[in-house]
Amino acid sequence: MPSPHDSWLDEEAGPVVRPYALIRGRTRPTGESLDLIALVTAIRGVRPDPFDLDPEHFELLRLCHLPASVADLAADLNLPLGVVRILLSDLRDRGLIRIHHPVPPARLADPRVLREVVDGLRRL
Amino acid sequence: MAYAGSDRAGRPGDVPVAIKILIAGGFGVGKTTLVGSVTEIRPLHTEEPLSAPGTHLDILDGVERKTTTTVALDFGRITIRDNLVIYLFGTPGQERFWFMWDELARGALGAIVLADTRRLADSFPSVDYFEQRAMPFVVAVNCFDGARRYRGRDVRSALDLDPEIPVIMCGARSPASGRDVLVALVEHALCQLGDRPGQAAPVPVR
Repeated sequence: MPSPHDSWLDEEAGPVVRPYALIRGRTRPTGESLDLIALVTAIRGVRPDPFDLDPEHFELLRLCHLPASVADLAADLNLPLGVVRILLSDLRDRGLIRIHHPVPPARLADPRVLREVVDGLRRL
Repeated sequence: MAYAGSDRAGRPGDVPVAIKILIAGGFGVGKTTLVGSVTEIRPLHTEEPLSAPGTHLDILDGVERKTTTTVALDFGRITIRDNLVIYLFGTPGQERFWFMWDELARGALGAIVLADTRRLADSFPSVDYFEQRAMPFVVAVNCFDGARRYRGRDVRSALDLDPEIPVIMCGARSPASGRDVLVALVEHALCQLGDRPGQAAPVPVR
């Protein structure tokens, strides 16, 4: 049983800080839209200004040390997609991340990739 | 799906390739179960402004002051190898979340329409949606315990499907069955994308 002091902070009560407070009420990211499976990679060697960014920005930078999809990042941070997209656009505007936009399957250069997927699925 | 900024798509271990697959179907047909049978489900939330383009105005009935709505999606990931990953997205089952489908469908390889023969009409909107967008899809009939079994051709006829659309009987709870449905979809997409059929050596997935 939680003590009376922390009973307000359980999961059902929702986040202590509302997600849209994190992004100061903004509802649209800047720049080009980010696909759910666009891959995000932190650019190494660039030092962010700690007074310019929120803890969630630093958490995102840590999570995309290796390429991670926008959907993965939202699930890992447990924040709504729209919020994560805006935080990512902040990082992009500051030159801290690289974004690889997906190309539709019809333009996939090599159908062997899909056969590899079929073979990989069969081995599951 | 390959990624822009590179002309080296397809070389193993080189450029990241991600495949997006949608799991669609009526409310309660087993979409979450199917995603969960093949991968670990991770909750993905989106708060959509109700004034977004494409939003159905009727969802504001009785909640005039509400400006955003929270939609939960089932999201799963299957790693085939380094730099080759399948992302599965369960579409929201209720019709009031239709405005989300366009984003989910953008750039997707294809879709699995999960159907329940006791409520086949619930599959019509999904079938229509993917037909209209010429997106490759397969129909997977979730064989619920106790439900009367039908043949694939009966389901095909009831849904008025084109002959090339695969219809697969499945048990959404079984990982092997879920995997077979995914294989059928990727093979179907391969054919639709202009690859010569037969090269992928399809196997029966009944």
